[in-house]
Amino acid sequence: MNRFLLPLGAFLLLAVVLAVGIWHSPEKGVIASPLLGRPAPQFALPELNHPGRQLRSAELKGRWYLFNVWGTWCTECRAEHAVLLKVQQAGVVPLIGLDWKDDDAQARDFLTQLGNPYQAVAVDASGRAAIDWGVYGAPETFLVNPQGIIVYKHVGALTDDTWTREILPRVSAAAAGS
Amino acid sequence: MLPELGHFALILALLLAGLQAFFGIAGPVLGRERWMAAVIPAVAGQAVMVATAVACLVAAFVGDDFSVSYVAENSNTALPLFYRVTALWGAHEGSLLLWILLLALWTLAVAIGSGRLPARFAARVLGVLGVVSFGFLLFTLATSNPFMRLDPPAPDGRDLNPILQDPGLAVHPPVLYTGYVGFAVAFAFACAAMLEGRLDQQWARWTRPWTAVAWSFLTCGIAMGSFWAYYELGWGGFWFWDPVENASFMPWLVGTALLHSLAVTDKRGLFRSWTLLLAILAFSLSMLGTFLVRSGVLVSVHSFAADPMRGVFILVFLVIMIGGALTLYAWRAPLLKSTAGFELGARESFLLFNNVLLVIAAATVFAGTLAPLISDALGLGTVSVGPPYFNPTFMMSTLPLLALLAVGIHASWKRGRLKDSARALLVTCLVAAVLGCGLVFGLFARGGLLAAVGATLGLWIALSSLVDPIDRWRRRLSVPRAMLGMTVAHLGLALFVVALTTVESFTVERDVALAAGASTRVGDYEFRFDGVQPLDGPNYSALAATVVVTRHGSPVAVLRPQKRQYWVQRQLTSETAITMNRGNNLLLALGDDLGAGRWSLRVQIRPLVSFVWVAAFIMALGGALAASDRRYRAAQATQRAPAGAAGEPAR
Amino acid sequence: MRVHLSMVMAVMLAALGAAGTARAVDPTELPDPALQARYLALTHELRCMQCQNESLADSPVELAADLRREVREQLLAGKSDEQVRAWMAARYGDFILFRPRYSWRNAWLWGAPAVLLLIGALVSWRIVRERTVLLATDDAPLEEDRQG
Repeated sequence: MNRFLLPLGAFLLLAVVLAVGIWHSPEKGVIASPLLGRPAPQFALPELNHPGRQLRSAELKGRWYLFNVWGTWCTECRAEHAVLLKVQQAGVVPLIGLDWKDDDAQARDFLTQLGNPYQAVAVDASGRAAIDWGVYGAPETFLVNPQGIIVYKHVGALTDDTWTREILPRVSAAAAGS
Repeated sequence: MLPELGHFALILALLLAGLQAFFGIAGPVLGRERWMAAVIPAVAGQAVMVATAVACLVAAFVGDDFSVSYVAENSNTALPLFYRVTALWGAHEGSLLLWILLLALWTLAVAIGSGRLPARFAARVLGVLGVVSFGFLLFTLATSNPFMRLDPPAPDGRDLNPILQDPGLAVHPPVLYTGYVGFAVAFAFACAAMLEGRLDQQWARWTRPWTAVAWSFLTCGIAMGSFWAYYELGWGGFWFWDPVENASFMPWLVGTALLHSLAVTDKRGLFRSWTLLLAILAFSLSMLGTFLVRSGVLVSVHSFAADPMRGVFILVFLVIMIGGALTLYAWRAPLLKSTAGFELGARESFLLFNNVLLVIAAATVFAGTLAPLISDALGLGTVSVGPPYFNPTFMMSTLPLLALLAVGIHASWKRGRLKDSARALLVTCLVAAVLGCGLVFGLFARGGLLAAVGATLGLWIALSSLVDPIDRWRRRLSVPRAMLGMTVAHLGLALFVVALTTVESFTVERDVALAAGASTRVGDYEFRFDGVQPLDGPNYSALAATVVVTRHGSPVAVLRPQKRQYWVQRQLTSETAITMNRGNNLLLALGDDLGAGRWSLRVQIRPLVSFVWVAAFIMALGGALAASDRRYRAAQATQRAPAGAAGEPAR
Repeated sequence: MRVHLSMVMAVMLAALGAAGTARAVDPTELPDPALQARYLALTHELRCMQCQNESLADSPVELAADLRREVREQLLAGKSDEQVRAWMAARYGDFILFRPRYSWRNAWLWGAPAVLLLIGALVSWRIVRERTVLLATDDAPLEEDRQG
């Protein structure tokens, strides 16, 4: 074989790699979470609307829930709020909120004014719980199954699309299977 | 009206580029004189049309025409006039237009200088450049039209990213692109030679000055980008191995190898297929860089708004252009064997090692930059690569290269005759080692292997570079521009090595918390914090701190770092205060308000860092000097019988 | 609606208030100089997950400050550098590391420079050998005026 064909061969290989890169690139904006398929991190945090009471991750086991990280300082969180309310009204999966590095009074006002889609809200003042969940930018939403395993993560504002195409099917499939 | 005119001008430019490409390539093949004669008018027409389009866009910016989407996204009525013009290349569409403009200007320059070239060859060169222009114009019109309208027009613009509102921005992209795009000329010369089926020493002599000029611009452009990042971002870093930085550095490394390979081909007719390959590779890396920055396949703070569709388009263009060139290479290169010889210690040998090491360095950077993509494509999962990979691996190929350079400068062509230079070699090495280590340990009162090695290598290269010119000067012989250019460039490199290793080894950095009136001592300097004052700029409000710097009690400077909030984009930026003293750079950045009048401040002392960029500009100057050697401007190209060349005669 | 990377980043930057290039100035120092040195080295090797091309040491956002605090506390608790890195990677993936892991999966990356140098040496040796042989039959004169 003509060894001068080597450069062309190498280049075509590179083109394939780049093509695969483009093909995968819509997912590039979000970094794959290493927590998928692993147990949800444990936490015991004060509850926003019941000061003095603690919300423990252990209490949440045994059913599906959506863990939504948000804050009043986060503009995208406002944008997804309407979708969260819809999810709550659907009544299929409860929403547990994590109020990340926020002001308690402002958070309560926020929920009073815009509606409270959460079954309960944990307050993460120090940011440690969010770090345990691998959160790097609000809003982020995790779907946790009854065994306490994280099965799906969505970065950015939750959309109707994501709810119907990613979250609901996973919940329904498991329900149908059991 | 003007935006429509600009859009129309781009369409005409596309047509003219197509004609330029067609006539330039088909003309010589079919022997049509009239077609070949039409190429230069097409080049001129395309240049005029592109310039018109650019003028229309500039007018839209200056006139605050927010019905043009690109202007609305990158400008604002409060934006100073100067930045309204430079915002032209502040985002994807406009920077592409800049690319196209510079390509048109390079093509025009080649057309003007093509009088010395045989007509068919010149037509081919311009034809290949036409293909590149056509591709970029098509890409722009199809996916990235800067003249898209907003209906209804925006009431005001979204403003230029504050980081980009800086004089450095005005110069960095055009200079960088001039270099980047300039490698297209070498590429075109290479393709033309392959199409003709002939590549000889004469070809190398034609190609050298164009490549040297492009290389000079690229060197300046990279240095400017690094310098701009240094004083704009203000955290003392000037090179982060970011994918976009690497995208400009890889062509530079290969371009340097190309320059040296061209020298061998010019002098002895050797390494012809290697030179060809390097010419293709240099421009391919330029194009690859364009792809990486705009397709969204890599994460980088530099990247323009990513769009997979654009990525697909550029990839297809890449495959056609580079695949085509490499196919030509596979076809023609086997015929390019020469029968010249040289010995192990000859100059050719050292240049061979030089080029191999430069290409390895480029390949290493390539591997690290594309590692996330490669790993993903091979199913090896995710990997992330940063300075901890690039720094050591880059040094693996560059340290030997520097040592070989210091030795190789003494070698003669064909028969190295290193024994004749043995004394010069030994003396330069010893002096460099003693002086280098002595200075490092003496000035800094502490060691640092990297600094000692760097100082030794740098001094050795500098001394070795000066041996021949000084010898010629003493014998009252003239020093040709090419030799002067080479010497200057190598001296620049030597300075670069010394400065870089010094700053990497002896930088001092401390974060302090100070109340108004309090002082702190860092290194040899004292810093007294005198409080913070609010002030307003043309499109921002700021808090400015005053810090008085003294050295052993005597005043050095008063620094005023700021924290600015730009009104429109509401971005918070930190303006670091920088001053120079005794070869050191002192940097001061304002941190956070800690309450009760206390603020946090970051103090840095960076010795010799300014010389990193001075050195780069010296290198660029060397390249420009070399390009201006009068041998390249010989009135009529004489055809010498090349040793062992194959193919048809010139005309 | 497709989520473009730049949009996501812009959102996150806007979301956390402090943004752009406000510097991360952090005057707290660890009591032990050796620990402080390890702290600086580690925070320079860990990526800020929000401003993804900056290190934890240089990033101004709150998340970076929180993660730096985490590094500090773990070092004070006696963890090794590798343990800190592993802890971070367990939560954020390998992406948080600027230094690729030393593993079989990354062997190609870490091994590439050495392999390339080997190939380069072989190619050079072959070429020099070929040309040295040709030297014996090469009588063409050199043009002495051509330097460089």
